[in-house]
Amino acid sequence: MDTLIAQLQRQFRDYTISLYHQGFLDDQFTELKKLQDECSPDFVAEVVTLFFEDCEKLISNMARALDQTGNVDFKLVGSSVHQLKGSSSSVGAKRVKGLCITLKECCDTQNYEGCVRCLQQVDIEYKTLKAKLQDLFNLEQQIVQAGGRIPQVDI
Amino acid sequence: MVCEMETDQIEEMDVEVLSSMWPEDVGTEADKQFNVEKPAGDLDTLKEVTIETRTIADMTRLPNLLNSTHQGSSQLTNLVKQWEYMQDNAVRLLKEELKNLDRQREEAEAKELKIIEEYKFESNEPENVPVLDETSDLFRRFRQKKRDALVDSKKIEIYEEFDTVAYWKQKALSLEKMLEASTERERRLMEKLSESLKTMESQSAPVQELTQNLKRAEGFLHFILQNAPIVMGHQDKDLRYLFIYNKYPSLREQDILGKTDVEIFHGGGVKESEDFKREVLEKGKASKREITFTTDLFGSKTFLIYVEPVYNKAGEKIGINYMGMEVTDQVVKREKMAKLREDNAVRKAMESELNKTIHITEETMRAKQMLATMSHEIRSPLSGVVGMAEILSTTKLDKEQRQLLNVMISSGDLVLQLINDILDLSKVESGVMRLEATKFRPREVVKHVLQTAAASLKKSLTLEGNIADDVPIEVVGDVLRIRQILTNLISNAIKFTHEGNVGIKLQVISEPSFVRDNALNADTEEHEQNGLTETSVWICCDVWDTGIGIPENALPCLFKKYMQASADHARKYGGTGLGLAICKQLVELMGGQLTVTSRVSEGSTFTFILPYKVGRSDDYSDDQDEFSDMADQQSEPDDTAEGYFQFKPLLGSIYSNGGPGISNDFLPHKVMLTSPIKLINGFVADPSNNTGQSEMLQLENGGYMDESKLETSSGHCPESAHQYENGNGRCFSKESESCSSSQASSEGGTLEMESELTVSSHREEEKAETEVKETSKPKILLVEDNKINIMVAKSMMKQLGHTMDIANNGVEAITAINSSSYDLVLMDVCMPVLDGLKATRLIRSYEETGNWNAAIEAGVDISTSENEQVCMRPTNRLPIIAMTANTLAESSEECYANGMDSFISKPVTLQKLRECLQQYLH
Repeated sequence: MDTLIAQLQRQFRDYTISLYHQGFLDDQFTELKKLQDECSPDFVAEVVTLFFEDCEKLISNMARALDQTGNVDFKLVGSSVHQLKGSSSSVGAKRVKGLCITLKECCDTQNYEGCVRCLQQVDIEYKTLKAKLQDLFNLEQQIVQAGGRIPQVDI
Repeated sequence: MVCEMETDQIEEMDVEVLSSMWPEDVGTEADKQFNVEKPAGDLDTLKEVTIETRTIADMTRLPNLLNSTHQGSSQLTNLVKQWEYMQDNAVRLLKEELKNLDRQREEAEAKELKIIEEYKFESNEPENVPVLDETSDLFRRFRQKKRDALVDSKKIEIYEEFDTVAYWKQKALSLEKMLEASTERERRLMEKLSESLKTMESQSAPVQELTQNLKRAEGFLHFILQNAPIVMGHQDKDLRYLFIYNKYPSLREQDILGKTDVEIFHGGGVKESEDFKREVLEKGKASKREITFTTDLFGSKTFLIYVEPVYNKAGEKIGINYMGMEVTDQVVKREKMAKLREDNAVRKAMESELNKTIHITEETMRAKQMLATMSHEIRSPLSGVVGMAEILSTTKLDKEQRQLLNVMISSGDLVLQLINDILDLSKVESGVMRLEATKFRPREVVKHVLQTAAASLKKSLTLEGNIADDVPIEVVGDVLRIRQILTNLISNAIKFTHEGNVGIKLQVISEPSFVRDNALNADTEEHEQNGLTETSVWICCDVWDTGIGIPENALPCLFKKYMQASADHARKYGGTGLGLAICKQLVELMGGQLTVTSRVSEGSTFTFILPYKVGRSDDYSDDQDEFSDMADQQSEPDDTAEGYFQFKPLLGSIYSNGGPGISNDFLPHKVMLTSPIKLINGFVADPSNNTGQSEMLQLENGGYMDESKLETSSGHCPESAHQYENGNGRCFSKESESCSSSQASSEGGTLEMESELTVSSHREEEKAETEVKETSKPKILLVEDNKINIMVAKSMMKQLGHTMDIANNGVEAITAINSSSYDLVLMDVCMPVLDGLKATRLIRSYEETGNWNAAIEAGVDISTSENEQVCMRPTNRLPIIAMTANTLAESSEECYANGMDSFISKPVTLQKLRECLQQYLH
């Protein structure tokens, strides 16, 4: 049993580190994790879930706005991307945040092509992140179920 | 010729009337009347114009000159030849005439002879014939024969009328007639001859005409020359004038002739022209030169001078011909043109230089901006890291973890400090640094700075604060910046001092000379105006140490960015090399001066002098009064007039967690307990050192005293020992234990020891916080539209022991503020419906006016029923903290401009939030 926990813990640690190293996450995510305590054990998961919902909504908003060929409301896109940037910055979704910044720039310069391209990337990126984090949470759950402690990961 | 060229060159310019070479209004009256510069009429009337000769010539010598010079003589020869030719012509004509006449006369005489011969023959004169001569005989015979033949032919005629008288009469008559005719002819010839002679006389007329022509030509020449802007002259071998044309009007004949240039003129250029003439004379080659004269006579004029040598018939030099043309205007124009061209070139060069500089500046600005942005980008996550580490340190950890965590926190703090330095520097440099004027107590600041420094002290150093009595209790200035400077200098001093003392000394000085010089007037006015309420005071602050000192050659670059005294030092002591640069810039920004004196291995003293505004001296005495009966006063009076603090090294200094009380940059969670005799929050100090040092300053837990925040919780006035009773006795044994353990241990040991301390103090802190909460729980409003941000912030607040209300936009915020009273508002800047800046403005307007009219005007729906409630509320200024994604200078400026008190850059971290709450929640 202990070996399983140790294995899971090591897996968890490696996976977390890889997420940081690959630039999916930044320190803000660490900060989030610190906020998670006995009182709110699922804090990170809640926030992240909220974030992905937010993503979905905002991205579909932007996609709709960008669909109006020739009559794109860049202001609408801009405000959506601003929201997304704020959210991603708050959860430490580094890659999404970076793409949001680029998208915002494209939007400010009314670069339609750029906007579309960036939006597609954001879509891909947030879905990837979602999958990865899902994996991470699954690992956590497995550890907890095995009776282990979630290890602290120093980045 | 020259003139023509000049005019061509300046054709584009306005063609101006050539002024006379000499001024009009000089010269004697006598000279003037001959001075026909411009005769009226055109050239046709030349004949009528009497052109007075302006030539002044030595008449006796001129012929000599003419005879002896080539030109003169050849001209004369020409004239003579022409005259001779004309005379010859006349003579030839006359001779021909004479010849004709002669021939006629000869003819007449021959006829006469014939007639006479004939007559002789008639008279029949015997001929004397030499008989003896045979040849004569022959001749005779020939003559005979001839005569015979002749006679024979006429013989018949004669024979016919020979006999008659009538015939002879007739013969005589006819002869007479012939004679008469002959005489008559002779007379006529004579007449003709005399007539011819007469015409001969009249032949002299052409000569006169010639003379007249000559005169006219001369007149024309004079006319041309007179109007030509040239001076001509002839000088002999000694350069004495023999002849001059178009001389300066006021000079008379006797002034010039026979004299040299040097004798006539005085001033610049004269000698040069003289030398030039001599040179030409010597070399024998005609040449030109431009010479500028500055004489008393005609001021400054430039002449183009042509000089040619003159030879006599024998080929010897006898002098020079000299011709001068005034070209002052042309020279001036030419010089102007040259100057313009030069200016143009210089301007172009400057322009390109300027462009280069602009380019460089832009590049630098961009680089700086980049650095600032980058620093900011780094700072946000980093503060997250440090904040998290701090939170982590409040949780249960084992020894190893705690040790690691402490290293992490201290290195994080270091990086944060560096980034803050960079941001500060770029702020000061870009001129957006705002100075605030707040009242503060210099003694407190010094004490606080030393206290903080002592807290992180890891060496056996004594920190001293020395404040002169005349330093006011309260002054006005930017306390944050001043504290920053002091902290910086002190930490520098500590860094480079291994043993001995480090201290701060404050004293009032008279106005420094660098200010007095340039602001004397303004300042006196100010004094007069504000004399009653406010005065300026200059305080000199020395931060001294007994450290390694700074070599003299390193002093100049000490205040430069990223520079340290030497590379060795940088390696050995670390640091960014930004601290002093920032200090200097800040001090200068506040109108002061930062200087340094140092001796190697003896120590350094950094001195900065700054002006401060002071309140009325009444305040001071009030404070004094307050201070005098401080027996049961709060801890404040202790600071107000205390002039000396000392923080001695306590062997094995005790680190403790001071809780959230300290708002300083360096490791705010730690405070060192150094006061030898005092109990602080129940910690006992070395009792053996129990000599009554009432002058000593005591360290309280985490500077609560300064913040006066948690007075109620522990109320620890160090002067009165009874206050330690506040339930701290339980720590007693534990603390002394840790003291002893730390005495024996090195730094690592200190870390170990801390864990215990922290636990206890943490517990205590929690207790204190609950107490605070019970008395007055601060109400906080978060205005934020992003759900995730709200969630994160809320969770952080929970960690910090606070709850808060949420508003999703500016309108909701206003509604919330209207209906309930808050102690602090955290306001997102960028929000839908009503953004943070506008909302803040409206809230401020409400605070000023007591009504929401501005908000209602702006379209915010405020229910009137609540208005009454509103009016009852105290209109204290509500602290509003902006939360912005962009902390670059402009954005923060905007926040301040819209009435916000401070700002937190996003993403929000625990550390930032805590600092903010510490500052604004009391």
